[in-house]
Amino acid sequence: MAGVSSTLYDPTTTEQGRSGRRGGRSKRPRPRLGRVAILLIAGLYFIGPLAGSFMFTVDSDPVTGFSWSAYSQIFSVSGLWPALQLSLLLAAATIVLVFLLLIPTVIAIRLGTPRLRSVVEIVCMLPLVVPSIALTSGINILLRWGTDNLASTPFWDTLLAIQNAQFPVILLLAYVVMALPLAFRTLDAGMRALDVRTLLEAAQNNGAGRLRAIVFVVLPNLRGAMLNAGMLTLALVLGEFTVSSILGYTPFAVWIVNGNAAGDGPVTTAVSLVSMVLTWALLLVISVSGGRRSSAAKPA
Amino acid sequence: MSTIDPTAPAGAAGSDRPRRRLRSTLRQAAAGRIAVLPLLIFVAVAFGVPALAMAYGAFTTYAPGQPSTYTGGNLSASLEGGYLIALEGSVKLSATAALIATVAGLLLAQAVVTSRFETLRHVVLSASGVLANFGGVPLAFAFVATLGNAGVLTTRLHLTDAGWSLYSFWGLVLVYLYFLVPLMVLSVIPALDGLRRQWREAAQNNGANLVQYWRYVALPVLTPSLLGGFVLLFGSAFAAYATAAAMVGASVPLITLQIADALNGNVSADASNVALAMSLDMVVISVLVMALYLPLQRRSARWLV
Repeated sequence: MAGVSSTLYDPTTTEQGRSGRRGGRSKRPRPRLGRVAILLIAGLYFIGPLAGSFMFTVDSDPVTGFSWSAYSQIFSVSGLWPALQLSLLLAAATIVLVFLLLIPTVIAIRLGTPRLRSVVEIVCMLPLVVPSIALTSGINILLRWGTDNLASTPFWDTLLAIQNAQFPVILLLAYVVMALPLAFRTLDAGMRALDVRTLLEAAQNNGAGRLRAIVFVVLPNLRGAMLNAGMLTLALVLGEFTVSSILGYTPFAVWIVNGNAAGDGPVTTAVSLVSMVLTWALLLVISVSGGRRSSAAKPA
Repeated sequence: MSTIDPTAPAGAAGSDRPRRRLRSTLRQAAAGRIAVLPLLIFVAVAFGVPALAMAYGAFTTYAPGQPSTYTGGNLSASLEGGYLIALEGSVKLSATAALIATVAGLLLAQAVVTSRFETLRHVVLSASGVLANFGGVPLAFAFVATLGNAGVLTTRLHLTDAGWSLYSFWGLVLVYLYFLVPLMVLSVIPALDGLRRQWREAAQNNGANLVQYWRYVALPVLTPSLLGGFVLLFGSAFAAYATAAAMVGASVPLITLQIADALNGNVSADASNVALAMSLDMVVISVLVMALYLPLQRRSARWLV
């Protein structure tokens, strides 16, 4: 949720706590034992489910025991590819739309008045107070109302078009709303680190127009934040289940659950494990390359 | 949007400058507003309209072809019977999981902050950044494969005979901790870093032991951060749907599951307006969460250098 600013972590402040012990009496043995115990329990808890699901996927055959078949079936199991395609398509469209909406905004509020900034901050926080399931119920009632009332009007085609199963625009709209708070925080933090005014002045003194200055001078400086925001949005869309399942679409996460219900247990668990590892690798790239944390959870 | 009017010659006449600057400022403000406009329109359409439809539907009846009438019946229905049990179940689950995660996260963060190994700190922080963003279907599947009825640990250790079930209240708490504890670690580490060495030394010089130091110095300083973290975790757990939906079906009553059931028409046709009323209940609780969280976060920021 709104934890982004509280979860920013600055490595330069690390020294204080550690050197503190030198001045006082040494109480090493007990704290250290406790610390090892805490870290061990935490390690077991966080690695356990991953190791467990890996064992579950390779150990599915009661006769032969160990087998990779769950993983080799990934490529042949039906429905996975269309679902993944839909998710990736939606993710790409969401990222593009988020950038189109937010990049002019973060530049404008960096140059504009404090009032403009607070308006935008509040607007981007709003989706946090409406859980995604509540948003879904609102969309659901709108679509039902449309189906019941718009049949004989010119809006009927629009209504059908935004619900097109090949590319549900309605999901795209919901995903952009859900991605806004985190993407805004990330892009805004990246923007704050830049001296935009000076960059623009320098570019314009060298004869660049305003648009040119923004595209060729400001945006390249923002690419770290854009990468972060893009990756977080991608992770959000790939894992999204709430809105799509209730509105009746079958992107990746919904396919996994349906497949599991249909009896493909080990395969879907294998797919879910692979997707999880890939998503983590993605997010880990951000948190390592960024050097500091710009993440907050809003689990679906 | 820019401070400089590109059409102005570099050495504009002195008397002209204030007016130019004013015009430039005005134009800049207008450009700023235009740049923000698409975002505002988008949020109004894609977020505002569904949110208003939800609020409107919570207070009205709906049947095709008939005029809708105002009623308080949906809201009162959403606060009684099975729906109330689900709301209470969600609050209880979120509060329990958030409380445990607050304590566990504090312990883990303290263990990391006082450790001499820089690598450990980086690993835990990176992993927390990843895990805190992680929930939903894959998380549920990982736990089902490990501790579910046919799970690897369940079958090997015969946990079912020992009375274990993942599809219960405590099972869900265990799963939720997986993303709540990392979130707490991220929230509280800046506060722990802000505890200054001098405070501990001052306490020790005055004869305080470790317990007294924590009781009278460290915990009071950390309280706003811990409370803020708790509220944040509560909000995260309260809004979570996918994890529970992929895991338990309906064996633990949760408000998110009830809303989904009502929307999917699993209950009865006219339940969808009650679903909207339940959504409104959720929004009210989320607003309360934010109203508590934001001041606490500001308060805790005061101690962080």
